[in-house]
Amino acid sequence: MGGFPILSAMLLVPLVGAIACLFSEAKTARVIALIATLVDLALGIVLWMNFDVGGAQWQFTERASLFAGFDYALGIDGIALMLIMLSVFLMPVCIGASWDSITKRVGEYMSAFLLMEVLMIGVFAAQDILLFYIFFEAGLIPMYLIIGIWGGDNRIYASYKFFLYTLLGSVVMLIAMLWMVIEAGTSSVPALMVYDFPPEAQTWLWLAFFASFAVKMPMWPVHTWLPDAHVQAPTAGSVILAGVLLKLGGYGMIRFSLPMFPEASAQFMWLVLGLSMVAVVVTSLIALVQRDMKKLIAYSSVAHMGIVTAGLFAFNTQGLEGAMVMMLSHGLVSGALFLCVGVIYDRLHTREISRYGGIAINMPAYAAVFLFFTMASIGLPGTSGFVAEFLSLAGVYQISSWAAFVCTTGIILGAAYMLYLYRRVAFGPQVNADAAAMPDLSMREYLLLVPIALAALWMGVYPESFLAPMRQDIAVLDARLSRAAPESDAHFVMGEGTPAQEAHAEGEAH
Amino acid sequence: MELSNSLGLVLPELILSLSGLIMLLFAAWGGDRLSSAISIACCVALGAAFALVAPSVCAGASGPDTIAFFGQFRADAYAGMAKLMIYAASGAALIVAPRYFDRLGEMRAEYPVLVLFAALGMSIMVSASDLLTLYIGLELNSLSAYVLASFLRTNEKSAEAGLKYFVLGALASGILLFGMSLTYGFTGGTSFAAIQAAAAAGEMSTGMLFGLIFVLAGLAFKISAVPFHMWTPDVYEGAPTPVTAFFASAPKVAAVALLGRVAVEAFGSQADAWRQVVIFAALASIVVGALGAIGQQNLKRLLAYSSINNVGFLLIGLAAATQAGLAAMLVYLAIYVVMTVGSFAALLLLRDAEGNQLETFADIAGLSTTRPALAWCLLLIMFSLAGIPPLMGFWGKLVVFWAAVEADLLALAVLGMAASVIGAFYYLKFVKVMFFDEAADRVTGEADKANWVLLAICAVLISPIGYLLTGWLVSIANTAAGSLPLAG
Repeated sequence: MGGFPILSAMLLVPLVGAIACLFSEAKTARVIALIATLVDLALGIVLWMNFDVGGAQWQFTERASLFAGFDYALGIDGIALMLIMLSVFLMPVCIGASWDSITKRVGEYMSAFLLMEVLMIGVFAAQDILLFYIFFEAGLIPMYLIIGIWGGDNRIYASYKFFLYTLLGSVVMLIAMLWMVIEAGTSSVPALMVYDFPPEAQTWLWLAFFASFAVKMPMWPVHTWLPDAHVQAPTAGSVILAGVLLKLGGYGMIRFSLPMFPEASAQFMWLVLGLSMVAVVVTSLIALVQRDMKKLIAYSSVAHMGIVTAGLFAFNTQGLEGAMVMMLSHGLVSGALFLCVGVIYDRLHTREISRYGGIAINMPAYAAVFLFFTMASIGLPGTSGFVAEFLSLAGVYQISSWAAFVCTTGIILGAAYMLYLYRRVAFGPQVNADAAAMPDLSMREYLLLVPIALAALWMGVYPESFLAPMRQDIAVLDARLSRAAPESDAHFVMGEGTPAQEAHAEGEAH
Repeated sequence: MELSNSLGLVLPELILSLSGLIMLLFAAWGGDRLSSAISIACCVALGAAFALVAPSVCAGASGPDTIAFFGQFRADAYAGMAKLMIYAASGAALIVAPRYFDRLGEMRAEYPVLVLFAALGMSIMVSASDLLTLYIGLELNSLSAYVLASFLRTNEKSAEAGLKYFVLGALASGILLFGMSLTYGFTGGTSFAAIQAAAAAGEMSTGMLFGLIFVLAGLAFKISAVPFHMWTPDVYEGAPTPVTAFFASAPKVAAVALLGRVAVEAFGSQADAWRQVVIFAALASIVVGALGAIGQQNLKRLLAYSSINNVGFLLIGLAAATQAGLAAMLVYLAIYVVMTVGSFAALLLLRDAEGNQLETFADIAGLSTTRPALAWCLLLIMFSLAGIPPLMGFWGKLVVFWAAVEADLLALAVLGMAASVIGAFYYLKFVKVMFFDEAADRVTGEADKANWVLLAICAVLISPIGYLLTGWLVSIANTAAGSLPLAG
């Protein structure tokens, strides 16, 4: 690509689109938004094609000293690349999902979404810690507006809760960042990632970062903003919230907490594993008793994120890779599940599970698609969810059999609540006449759901495409963590016996 | 020679005072017919003073060349930068006023003259390097301000505001004078250099400590830092809105800059003595400013609490007591002035069809559907005041906390930052009312061009575009802060 600043271009396209949308009327705004997001998707594909797998750690770097105190520095590694791809892939879907359902203040709506896209790409591409913070925090503004203006009945409460919760989580992180910048004498993320902070300072810094990322993630017990925000947000808002915004927390941990504070990460490993275990079990059980579809999927997100955090703090390659695949997979699958809810919500304007039933009869295509994503969420082999869960749990197993055991129950519980949801919505007798009269998927809805299904299938069948760009970066991170990695609770003893037994032991160790 | 040098250094103040006197004569003979001409002339005078000060700021004037009248007055870059902000904010107060007063039939020629004298007083304040010069400047500013607060003579609220301001202001002046006399008694000098020399000589005596505390208390009143903030909401609400805009911007700059100079130039060697006072005032201002604003229905009162809140952040920069801290304080001041002028310019645009000023939350409900441009500008300003990136208000907070962390005031930084979340709540309410609520459609009045231009400029400056100016702003603030003799 030579010197073409492709990352800046990816920021600029939606930004220009956002400004244009603000001043245009409904029809034009929709078209502008769609074009802008598609152009960004195309740029993202170009980015991926040109990404040199196994090449330099940081690629497409740009740096300009535009501001005082911090630099405009962009650049990506494989991890950021994958998350940027996820964002640009989901954005056109979001625009499409709001095509008909949003009728008031369309210009502002599209503008807020495009702004959101700018900020998300910015978060993943920022190579300056303060620039990262700016993008990270600025995302609150458009999301606050999206929930507050276009949300459901209780939108104001949800928007406040979302904003203040996440703001409170992240303000202390800013102070920690300032301390780090002053201590290390640089605000460049790659430089800070290899800087060794004194272990006693790491403890505090880690906690400050954790406060922010745990809220964003969200981890139990600071997850309570998420069900409210999800339920009240419009469909596309939920998609972007579940698809990308929740990944900011995981990305923050993999980019900041782990490489910058390895000792503190090891010190707090049990805190994270403990919270993850609780999250997986408790929120799965909560999901089981929900009557609201969106709330159910929101709680399932918390449970899946619990597996991400457990994988991240397993201190080995499988755990890290699994966590990354889980983030990508969950981004696609839960986004798609929210779309599925949106499809029937648009028809019946209720999220109550009991208002539906037996819609597999009148909406067979919808039922099939919904079933696919239900299975992907459970982690059926062949779908992305399986790869994600298997890798992360394999990673966790190496560090703690108990944690792996508890987290694995999440899969069973996940199957329980998702299948239970599916049975109540799609199967059974058609007790509600209006639900039985709903038409099947429209062309637009096919166009939204099928690409996501294909992507989830691709990730499930051939995950190598997604793992290859990240492999080197995860190896670097793993090497950096190795000095602090806590001891595993499984003490493997190399057997003396027959070759067959040896192979068995090998299989267990890896 | 000495005299001509000194006169050269006070040239901006000379221009202001002479033009003020001439305008006063015009006003006396010509009457209110001339008020618009006088407004323009006063703007020109402020502009001329601005142009005269600007070069010394850019050049970073400091050292003995900047001392006039045998140490009474310093025209260094620090004073210069504060003066630039004061003149600009005063000019803005002149620009937004005519339309407001015209409608009430109260546009009198004294208004621009009083603003000019207040600006002169502030200009002297920030240049003072002697307690007496300080007091002269402060009183000149305060007396003009008392009159301005009660400028709507027939309006009860305005009269009440003026009276309250006067009584409490006089009390504060008394406290200040008392502190000054104690300081003089225990150090043997009124010039900052003499006080510094005496303070650096050894342990701080109890008398001097009392003097310092009383001086700080008197000045805290002027910047409306907690616990001397009680007058602010009443005066801000009662005073005519253009005057409130003036009070919230220029005198804040002057008093904060003056406080910085007194703390560093006179008591710099005893930073530990005043730092704890400043830290307390900073945290208390942030918290009280935030909590007090939550229940407010009147927008002017809300902005009054917001200004108390912002003073807290300014004081965090001062508490660092380093060059970086003072520079951060100046940067924050500059951003604060822009946000304040912008918010009041927007407030003045809220009129109903008859031209009545609207100033409660109920009036701006659903403003985003009826007046989108105005609502979006206010949204920018409110998020900026809340310190949410990518707006400039965030950057102001960033530099202030940066300085605090650098000075090892970690606990202060963490507490201040956490308390800023409380403040975010009511700024969010502002946005919520404008964007989420059903439209009340009361803001139907004609918009005033001058206000719009001001608002647009402010909105652009605090939008992310403003970040492009940060390099320049920081270098100016650094040279300005560097021109102060920092002890240790």
